[in-house]
Amino acid sequence: MALDRWIALILLGICLAYGYAAWFTMDGSLAPFMKRNPIWPSTFPKVLSVLGIIATLFILLGIEKSTPKEADIDYRRLGEYHLGQALMLLALMVAYALCLRPLGFLFSTSAFLILGSYVLGERRWQIMLPVALIATVSVWYLVQEVLGIYMRPLPGFFGG
Amino acid sequence: MLEGLLIGLTTALSIQNLLMVIAGCLIGTFIGMLPGLGPMSIIAIMIPVAISMGDPSAALILLAGVYYGAIFGGSTSSILLNAPGVAGTVASSFDGYPMARQGKAGKALTIAAIASFAGGTIGALLLMVFAPALSSVALLFHSAEYFALMVVGLSAIAAFAGTGQVAKAMIMTILGLIMATVGEGALFNLPRFTMGIMDLQSGFGFITLAMAMFALPEALFLVLKPKDLQGGDGDIKDLRITGSEAKAIAPVIGRQSLQGFFIGVLPGAGATIASFLGYAVERNIAPKHEQTEFGKGSIKGLAAPETANNAACTGSFVPLLTLGIPGSGTTAILLGALIALNVTPGPRLMVDDPQIFWAVIMSMFIGNLVLLILNLPLIPYIAKVLAVPRNYLIPFILFFTLMGAYIGQNNATELLLLVGFGICATALKFADYPLAPLLIGFILGGMMEDNFARSMQLYDGVAFIWERPMTLALLVIAGLLVVLPSYRARRAKARAEGVAEGD
Repeated sequence: MALDRWIALILLGICLAYGYAAWFTMDGSLAPFMKRNPIWPSTFPKVLSVLGIIATLFILLGIEKSTPKEADIDYRRLGEYHLGQALMLLALMVAYALCLRPLGFLFSTSAFLILGSYVLGERRWQIMLPVALIATVSVWYLVQEVLGIYMRPLPGFFGG
Repeated sequence: MLEGLLIGLTTALSIQNLLMVIAGCLIGTFIGMLPGLGPMSIIAIMIPVAISMGDPSAALILLAGVYYGAIFGGSTSSILLNAPGVAGTVASSFDGYPMARQGKAGKALTIAAIASFAGGTIGALLLMVFAPALSSVALLFHSAEYFALMVVGLSAIAAFAGTGQVAKAMIMTILGLIMATVGEGALFNLPRFTMGIMDLQSGFGFITLAMAMFALPEALFLVLKPKDLQGGDGDIKDLRITGSEAKAIAPVIGRQSLQGFFIGVLPGAGATIASFLGYAVERNIAPKHEQTEFGKGSIKGLAAPETANNAACTGSFVPLLTLGIPGSGTTAILLGALIALNVTPGPRLMVDDPQIFWAVIMSMFIGNLVLLILNLPLIPYIAKVLAVPRNYLIPFILFFTLMGAYIGQNNATELLLLVGFGICATALKFADYPLAPLLIGFILGGMMEDNFARSMQLYDGVAFIWERPMTLALLVIAGLLVVLPSYRARRAKARAEGVAEGD
């Protein structure tokens, strides 16, 4: 089974779960006066779940034949590409998301930019460090001082 | 009208107001390039500055400049990085980004600048002529028609699907609609499908989803399979558009200025629908051999949404200035600014404060001209972004996607959602599922459900579909949009197989 049909199977599962929630769990808690409305919060989701199930079945059962075309990247040979780098960058993004609040914007961002280039194979520290630091400080200045959107600059325990 | 024009010209051409236009355009362009800060947030940020000026004409001129600048800046990041920061410029990335990949970034930006200029200028002309008359037409559109208009917008996804891809495009649209139902709807005040997670109460963020669908998979693909962003030596070639290209996009610009303007006039429709519909219409009426170009770097496919969204922005000033009804989030903020400056937009505006009305219209012309003059010489430098070495460019793209998602919601959970959706989107891209329909479904889903619910309540059932002729007509058009492409494809296939056509 090709990847697109596996994905259709997963999507079918999502639609079924969504449909279950819409058909069976939402109407019970509805306030009595709202039940007299011609449209309920669950009306639209009910329609969507049915449409979604039909559409995924279309792919799963192969009713519409699609011609496989030459993709940019062949997922069957994923290992031949720079998979490690991509995974490292994703892990870095997750780490950034977790660190942004506790460690502050300035530290997290410059670390993210430096490690990001490092993962991609950059080793010229004399360029990497200034670029990352200048970019971090200027973005922070723009967002915090010019636009007035608050971002904690320093780690939390510094009282920033 | 001539008298009004002269009043407007003298107001708009004062040195102070000219400086305001220039400043507004510059600020808008540069901040608009950051994904995550759309025209709405930039205008909201500029309001204290505008109000403290005290002069309503100058304030409105400044804000209008910011508005245009932001939209142009937003298309820059769509074209260069495939990172649309504003819903209205999502459609620009469909063809703009492939052009940039082919080394034609300079040309793409030039086309975007010219198309925006033409859309904005023609829009302002139409605004001048039609504003009083159009305000009454806009009132004819009720929620039933809006719902039908959204259905037309969604069925235009058939335009994005290639042959044998219609079912996949449908799935992605429905998935987008499903994602739009997460969170609290405006009409019901009930949290739906949040699975008890507090951070999901406000639903998924648009920017988060846009970045996860477009920018993140693109960046990951660049990591997986290194190739030069610029085709070859990193030079910016093909800056100018040739005469034949100009001839090709001229009718597109003409049609889309009109269409975009009239869609923009309808409150609630706005630049987003105008740009999607513009793209879909141009793709459907293009000759067969040009149709295959769409999505792979067609100049028509870039010019259409760019023209339409600028014309629609101008159009959205019609209900604001003549009825006092803001048609979009951005014009709602402008309305707030106007009221703070002691100007009440509405039918009396043209009588009581004609200088404000006409100064705004004149400043639209000047703003568009300034934008063109400022941006054309800057394009080679802006396009140089792509010449940044890959080792630096990719971390920065990732950083800006994260920043965009964070600024919008100020919520670190949003960043985790971004990464999660980004991974899902990459998998979908591997399996050749189109990602644009998901985003379109998500954007239109909320509006569509609200309008549907409103008309259901007004008519106590689905009777509005056949009782309102305009709704019915729009829905029929939507049906045709879905059926026609597959019918055409089937007939072409039958002909290719040598089956005789029935006669």
